Amino acid sequence: MSAAPAYSEDKGGSAGPGEPEYGHDPASGGIFSSDYKRHDDLKEMLDTNKDSLKLEAMKRIVAMIARGKNASDLFPAVVKNVACKNIEDPNQLIRASALRVLSSIRVPIIVPIMMLAIKEAASDMSPYVRKTAAHAIPKLYSLDSDQKDQLIEVIEKLLADKTTLVAGSVVMAFEEVCPERIDLIHKNYRKLCNLLIDVEEWGQVVIISMLTRYARTQFLSPTQNESLLEENPEKAFYGSEEDEAKGPGSEAAASTALPARKPYVMDPDHRLLLRNTKPLLQSRSAAVVMAVAQLYFHLAPKAEVGVIAKALVRLLRSHSEVQYVVLQNVATMSIKRRGMFEPYLKSFYIRSTDPTQIKILKLEVLTNLANETNIPTVLREFQTYIRSMDKDFVAATIQAIGRCATNIGRVRDTCLNGLVQLLSNRDELVVAESVVVIKKLLQMQPAQHGEIIKHLAKLTDNIQVPMARASILWLIGEYCEHVPRIAPDVLRKMAKSFTAEEDIVKLQVINLAAKLYLTNSKQTKLLTQYVLSLAKYDQNYDIRDRARFTRQLIVPSEQGGALSRHAKKLFLAPKPAPVLESSFKDRDHFQLGSLSHLLNAKATGYQELPDWPEEAPDPSVRNVEVPEWTKCSNREKRREKEKPFYSDSEGESGPTESADSDPESESESDSKSSSESGSGESSSESDNKDQDEDEEKGRSSESEHGEEEGKQRNMKQRKKAPEGQEGGSSSEEGGDSSSSSESEMTSETEEEQVEPASWRKKTPPSSRSAPAAKEISLLDLEDFTPPSVQPVSPPTVVSTSLAADLEGLTLTDSPLVPSLLSPVLGVGRQELLHRVAGEGLVVDYTFSRQPFSGDPHMVSVHIHFSNSSDTPIKGLHVGTPKLPAGISIQEFPEIESLAPGESATAVMGINFCDSTQAANFQLCTQTRQFYVSIQPPVGELMAPLFMSENEFKKEQGKLSGMNEITEKLTLPDTCRSDHVVVQKVTATANLGRVPCGTSDEYRFAGRTLTSGSLVLLTLDAQPTGAAQLTVNSEKMVIGTMLVKDVVQALTQ
Amino acid sequence: MIHSLFLINSSGDIFLEKHWKSVVSRSVCDYFFEAQERATEAENVPPVISTPHHYLLSVYRHKIFFVAVIQTEVPPLFVIEFLHRVVDTFQDYFGVCSEPVIKDNVVVVYEVLEEMLDNGFPLATESNILKELIKPPTILRTVVNTITGSTNVGDQLPTGQLSVVPWRRTGVKYTNNEAYFDVIEEIDAIIDKSGSTVTAEIQGVIDACVKLTGMPDLTLSFVNPRLLDDVSFHPCVRFKRWESERMLSFIPPDGNFHLLSYHVSAQNLVAIPVYVKHNISFRDSSSLGRFEITVGPKQTMGKTIEGVTVSSQMPRGVLSMNLTPSQGTHTFDPVTKMLSWDVGKINPQKLPSLKGTMSLQAGASKPDENPTINLQFKIQQLAISGLKVNRLDMYGEKYKPFKGIKYMTKAGKFQVRT
Repeated sequence: MSAAPAYSEDKGGSAGPGEPEYGHDPASGGIFSSDYKRHDDLKEMLDTNKDSLKLEAMKRIVAMIARGKNASDLFPAVVKNVACKNIEDPNQLIRASALRVLSSIRVPIIVPIMMLAIKEAASDMSPYVRKTAAHAIPKLYSLDSDQKDQLIEVIEKLLADKTTLVAGSVVMAFEEVCPERIDLIHKNYRKLCNLLIDVEEWGQVVIISMLTRYARTQFLSPTQNESLLEENPEKAFYGSEEDEAKGPGSEAAASTALPARKPYVMDPDHRLLLRNTKPLLQSRSAAVVMAVAQLYFHLAPKAEVGVIAKALVRLLRSHSEVQYVVLQNVATMSIKRRGMFEPYLKSFYIRSTDPTQIKILKLEVLTNLANETNIPTVLREFQTYIRSMDKDFVAATIQAIGRCATNIGRVRDTCLNGLVQLLSNRDELVVAESVVVIKKLLQMQPAQHGEIIKHLAKLTDNIQVPMARASILWLIGEYCEHVPRIAPDVLRKMAKSFTAEEDIVKLQVINLAAKLYLTNSKQTKLLTQYVLSLAKYDQNYDIRDRARFTRQLIVPSEQGGALSRHAKKLFLAPKPAPVLESSFKDRDHFQLGSLSHLLNAKATGYQELPDWPEEAPDPSVRNVEVPEWTKCSNREKRREKEKPFYSDSEGESGPTESADSDPESESESDSKSSSESGSGESSSESDNKDQDEDEEKGRSSESEHGEEEGKQRNMKQRKKAPEGQEGGSSSEEGGDSSSSSESEMTSETEEEQVEPASWRKKTPPSSRSAPAAKEISLLDLEDFTPPSVQPVSPPTVVSTSLAADLEGLTLTDSPLVPSLLSPVLGVGRQELLHRVAGEGLVVDYTFSRQPFSGDPHMVSVHIHFSNSSDTPIKGLHVGTPKLPAGISIQEFPEIESLAPGESATAVMGINFCDSTQAANFQLCTQTRQFYVSIQPPVGELMAPLFMSENEFKKEQGKLSGMNEITEKLTLPDTCRSDHVVVQKVTATANLGRVPCGTSDEYRFAGRTLTSGSLVLLTLDAQPTGAAQLTVNSEKMVIGTMLVKDVVQALTQ
Repeated sequence: MIHSLFLINSSGDIFLEKHWKSVVSRSVCDYFFEAQERATEAENVPPVISTPHHYLLSVYRHKIFFVAVIQTEVPPLFVIEFLHRVVDTFQDYFGVCSEPVIKDNVVVVYEVLEEMLDNGFPLATESNILKELIKPPTILRTVVNTITGSTNVGDQLPTGQLSVVPWRRTGVKYTNNEAYFDVIEEIDAIIDKSGSTVTAEIQGVIDACVKLTGMPDLTLSFVNPRLLDDVSFHPCVRFKRWESERMLSFIPPDGNFHLLSYHVSAQNLVAIPVYVKHNISFRDSSSLGRFEITVGPKQTMGKTIEGVTVSSQMPRGVLSMNLTPSQGTHTFDPVTKMLSWDVGKINPQKLPSLKGTMSLQAGASKPDENPTINLQFKIQQLAISGLKVNRLDMYGEKYKPFKGIKYMTKAGKFQVRT
């Protein structure tokens, strides 16, 4: 209300010179004597359409206010006139601003107007105005929560909006007003997933965190089959997570994680969410990356969570506040999924310039990551930290050493020795902290450590920190049998200084006295009595109390206390060792990345992350009505107009529904999920393909579909593209034990191979010999077996070739995979080495058409070996190749042995330098050498390229004249359907289909691998069979050869 | 979401406050001051502080604390990221972001803040759009405004928010069309006592300054894109194109922006371009310590190392230092115990060195830690990872732009442990 007079005063200014007249006019003053009715009158005047009446009313109101009357109930009517006028302005920006202003007036009385304005704006033509409407919703809600039902209606309406501008804001409104109405999301779920990448950053964060909650209520846990293994997560999942889901290796690893029980099939919508959020890990906004990371952590199958590690590590380069938050989350994740961050161990090393709070968090992470293999490195690192100037940090380091020692049995003694050495440190804090940690460690195996206890006993003379003194006394008391001669002496000293001690020390002195009295009363009886007497008159009641209690317990009195007989049992009962565990344990019951997680306490408004449901709710609720096919062209036009930025030109879809909220692709996935509900989208991809093909024949005129098909195919070939990867991983979840065991094995060998090199690198001889004597080694690390210093980060060469190796292995091992990975193998298997010539060794090769993971310029060639002799063939590798200039070969890793009857596959990369010259090389076994050569068909020298029709035409325009080769041909009858033509062309050359407007024109595009020159192929087919083939390419030789090959393929 | 914002200077004064919902009393900052006191150093103030009714999230930049007050659960990074964006915007607007500058431009600051958040939810955070709404102050405009009493609010309505390319306004015009890209790589390394590398990695950014007319569509390709292990993009970069072809395709924002930041895969061995020979020792008996540092080039690919500065936090016991540099100037602050030596260029024939003695507090035992040495340097015309831009193409516009690429290598967090 308070704003009302103020407002009207403003108005007064603009009301102009008329004001004073009315203010002083006695006649008009008379009007207001019975003012209630008059107000209605004024309202009516304000509501009319006539400007003159409105003006009159305004003037009167001003006059009223000038006379000090309360006109506040007219406020809404006035506001309506001022703001609402602008709300109908033809300019969308002014409409939006007007709404923003109106909704920012925090006066309850204008609620109805606001409601009206929001409703109107929600159906505005301009998405920007609709966005403002979404922003206004929470404002109105906080003003008057009774409007909730109406507001939910508006939210529901806005949720259905298809523009990226609105999506973020409306979800934010949803979260503030009605986060419990999860049912509103169903219909919009797929659209939100698809729009996500184009929404602005702030909206992305809000949408992702909402979708995380949604997914938790709607899908089944992807880890349900793994729940048994979860008991022991550290052991069971190393193998799978170290792969960090990088290469094709991860797919094999994924199957390791899943024992072949009842196969879990991921809901396609669940997969859609994971797939569409993954690119956002590359966002520049830390908040978005964190949001995706928490989504993966909470929703993804174990094997896929690894992808987030790299992005999170990247955030550590950011501002210290960001680091702080990220490290908190990493600390929690690293407890549950240690393997995920192990390769990045070194990124958590501490610099002296880090702020203390960051240091301590990094320390926490390092401690969590420490395991048997990396502990030497970690301890060596800790050793340098101990000498830091930052004492809080040193104390934390000592704690961390203690935790490592408890967790990893092997290094317990080393750590203990190191800590004991620290006891002679000059800094008292360091000593005190060490004592406390040593106490905890000793409790685990006291018997062997009499010496250390003696050493500690000596320290009582010097150490002043109460906690440390108390710890020492407790230790001596507890293990007084191990130090029978020293313990009474310590008690003697302590008795002497008893009155000067801190309370906590005094309590421990009493404790020590009591324990000694029970075990060695001859020597200590008097001392004990002395101490107890002193304690009896202490100022602190706790101490007096303890003294009285202890006396009753240990000194047998006349009453013959029943308890005193059991005193020894009470005092010297074996006590369990304390567990040193991370303060981040179990923090993951809070949603990661949330404020509550950071504070480890529930913040106001925190939405609990629901548990996975036992049974999946009906997935069909997310289905959206399938639009008619006939609308297609219409829709296409629309798409042209408002196509979001990302999805243009790169040729959307593929199996991914594009970022563009293309209802077509949605409907496609709908039909999938409804027709074969329950089966995973990507696992069923291979059958889907057949199905698609059938469908395609049915409506072959639908060129658009064909285009999608082509892309789908291409996407599959690109194993690096996330779709391919994920598709593979989920399809293999059925569990192929043979391939999984192989992947484990190779990851082992990977480590072995790395070891020697890195060891050499780490400790160059100079570092050992030079100032070794001067350096005080706090933790004697020499008694470790030479550690594999960095199981982290194997050199590229090894890993990529291994990845390639694995890729090959999966190809032969499971019959399912080949069809799925490379639906179009360019040329069938070709013989490289005949059985006879190879003395039992048969070698074939195929062009896999997958990008070679080592070098994008290389053609990846799959080499299949099989041994048809009856002796094992050993040491298969590539011998010194004699190559023409420019051609280079990436050899496959040596195959150690091939038993009789077995076969193996390896992948090698050959850079043919855009020529069809043969690559000649030797294939060596331990005993023989075979000269072989691989000559590529011209179609294999290129990789498909996605471009839009316009781009294609533009590029084609540039490549005319000399660069254009045209050939006329006649298509045989068998070769007139779209499907066949496309198949034949793509089988001949590794090109990507370009969408095309007319039905009898086919366009394909690609790039040569080495030089990246464009290769554009156009086939213009007349219904009669006559056709014209055009190839545009800078590389004329390639163009000519390609024309020849394609014509041959088509006319055969 | 974000309720209020307080700006606090290093002496603990709240010199600006802004509320987006209702007014939150300043007294809420008392909790912050408490934490600040406990933390002793500014950078140790916890970024998230919980108070009975509010949560305080803060970032510390340019000696100013930006404290956001929130009331309900919100991802902390959301707020922190936003606050950093606010600081970046100020920097963009005023060149520097400091207390006097903010006070001088308080009107613009309020206008900008009002546009950036609506009811606590970010609205327009792209600097291009903001600049269209509220013109950045120039001297001329300030003079005109004081005389005429007008404000910086733009007369033209911004269109950027409405277009499909929200980071670029339409109708950009330049007479000279130019696009410059700076590839800047930073080496983060920890070198241990004996000179061997504990950890080293390369982080790079590509900063762009694009002044092109119209709506150009650029593609930038690399000779060796495989070097880039982990990348994050400006929202303008088309992700799918990168995924499939490893090339950057984007419609650039107008002016300066951060196109890409990347991390070079850890598998590649990092060339460390400098070495530091050091001999820092304290003796038990005397109160003098010896100090000697020599800096020299190593693996520089034939380029000179420039702008070398060495800094080191000496132990508390060190009272003063008596040093002579062979080149450059050095200072030692006896209060903060910070030694810094501005070396300049390294001449491989005559290596720069800094030698002398340190005097320690009499009677104090020798410090048991040795200081770590932090190094800064620059190498022009070299991207240490070997990354090379292949070509830059422009589509969508007719004119021929002037293109330029610059490479530079810098020290990031480069530490030598002694």
